[in-house]
Amino acid sequence: MLQAGEWAYSETLKEHFMNPKNILQGENTDDFDGVGMEGNLQCGDQMMVVIKVDKEQDVITDCQWKTYGCASAIASTSVLSEMVKGRTLDAAFHISPKEVALELGGLPDHKIHCSVLGDKALRAAINNYYTRNGKEDKVKQEQAKVICQCMSITDHDIEDAVLEGARTYFELQERTKCGTVCGQCKDETEVLLEKFKHIHFGA
Amino acid sequence: MADMKVYFDHNATTPLHPEVKKEMIAAMEMFGNPSSMHAYGREARANVEDARRKVADFLGAQEREIIFVGSGSEANNTVLSLFVCGSSQCIAGSKTRSTIITTKIEHPCVLETSECLAHRGVRVKYLNVDQYGKIDLDQLAGMLGDDVGLVSVMMANNEIGTIQDIETITRMVHESGALMHTDAVQAIGKVPVDVRRLGVDFLTLSAHKIYGPKGIGALFVKKGTPYCPLIRGGHQEQGRRAGTENTLGILGLGRAVEMRALEMPKEEERLLHLKRVLRRGIEERIDAVHINGHPIDSLASTLNVSFTGVEGEAILLYLDLEGIAVSTGSACASGSLDPSHVLLATGVDAELAHGSIRFSMGRQSSMQEVEYLLDVLPPIIQRIRDMSTAYIKGGLHAASR
Repeated sequence: MLQAGEWAYSETLKEHFMNPKNILQGENTDDFDGVGMEGNLQCGDQMMVVIKVDKEQDVITDCQWKTYGCASAIASTSVLSEMVKGRTLDAAFHISPKEVALELGGLPDHKIHCSVLGDKALRAAINNYYTRNGKEDKVKQEQAKVICQCMSITDHDIEDAVLEGARTYFELQERTKCGTVCGQCKDETEVLLEKFKHIHFGA
Repeated sequence: MADMKVYFDHNATTPLHPEVKKEMIAAMEMFGNPSSMHAYGREARANVEDARRKVADFLGAQEREIIFVGSGSEANNTVLSLFVCGSSQCIAGSKTRSTIITTKIEHPCVLETSECLAHRGVRVKYLNVDQYGKIDLDQLAGMLGDDVGLVSVMMANNEIGTIQDIETITRMVHESGALMHTDAVQAIGKVPVDVRRLGVDFLTLSAHKIYGPKGIGALFVKKGTPYCPLIRGGHQEQGRRAGTENTLGILGLGRAVEMRALEMPKEEERLLHLKRVLRRGIEERIDAVHINGHPIDSLASTLNVSFTGVEGEAILLYLDLEGIAVSTGSACASGSLDPSHVLLATGVDAELAHGSIRFSMGRQSSMQEVEYLLDVLPPIIQRIRDMSTAYIKGGLHAASR
């Protein structure tokens, strides 16, 4: 007979969950050069990332965080904070959720969304650093605007879904899963749905 | 203390009662098909019917009113599916009474079946519950009418333990001419259940919640109630559920209800005491907690607590590392993205639903286990809160401090 597996997730994830690295102690972020926060408590995930930067080299020297969320969320922020140290701002900016998941030894499909907020919070922190240091020109706006925070669905995703045939809010949800968690984005999504239907189909 | 094992997830499933295990091991050699007329078959038949008598006695029913099925979910699917018959040949009047009423806090096997029936043309109405999980009887009165064929209300809720007044509900339902079903999977073996006193037409139970084996349940169908099988093609269970009987499971269920009849009466007071100590301990040692469920009309063994600013799966897994098994209403633990539909129906906000933990105790739960949990839990909650954004600038609770 098989025995219980050691853990619900990978060993690396377990290690980062049991002994998370670089948790921000207290709530004072004054010593940091950039602060970013993404997600909200209603969705079940919220992450904050703070960074210190070597201003000569534009290299991240320290990265700390706070996370409200499940084991995957805690572990992925922890592993992200280790990954970015020593990277240039530019390299750190382009870390993808896939890389984070890989570093964790893999994440189950239904847990991928738990890890996407970490790198978004990191990008927000980097942009925050540029803004604070008069380098607004370097601020890289996310080209698309996130409408559904919970599922990380952008206006581009909604437009694509409309182009692919979604005509009602329900069909949009079926395709993109937008608004399927906290539902706070419903009004904004419906406005966009009507807008894209009008632009592309004159409806 | 990390080698201490505490199982506080009895609403999910229970270990076999030693007496059940003994009975099932003794019956391992009994392989006969109860439908066979020879000695092997007759032995199996005699034991299956003996178990049926035990289950009937336990519920205050007649033996003919008990159908063995594969699970509580199957029993619930069977009852609800009675009402999609395209013709009214099987169940007279089911065409004119094609509305089903159920609640927003039922088990998914009722809710999802209801949704499926709705796609197939059945009208389904959902009752709201109050902040404690009790259904609104006035709303029920308003919904009942000559279009309603069936009302299905769970007796005790699996997540928050709230117990409904099935007797009163059944009276109202019968006055309107509809049939009454109760999913009693969580109530059976924890509170007295007498089908005659309740008056219900259908009642669902499952063996593995009462220290019996998995894969076996029973459906009570009151004599004279219209019925149509979900699984067809055999004369087993008097043609009401095809498929060769799960003889070992049936024996286990029979023994399980016998043991419940013996042990249940003495158990409730003890479990209530444990729950009081657990609840008081949590409230005293941890701030910003919210107790879910009804303060009085609730299962003695079930305590559901939400912890502000903490996500439930993290609590569950840190407790698991300490040898304690619980469950959570958080989305993250369920494989879906929505937190508990039961807690949302009681009006608890999404964040508190994500941060909910269900402690469900059982016949072997002890004060020592409760005390161990109360030692381990507060530092875990503190640890998670220390890394939570809920308690920093810009987090939701920062402003309230």
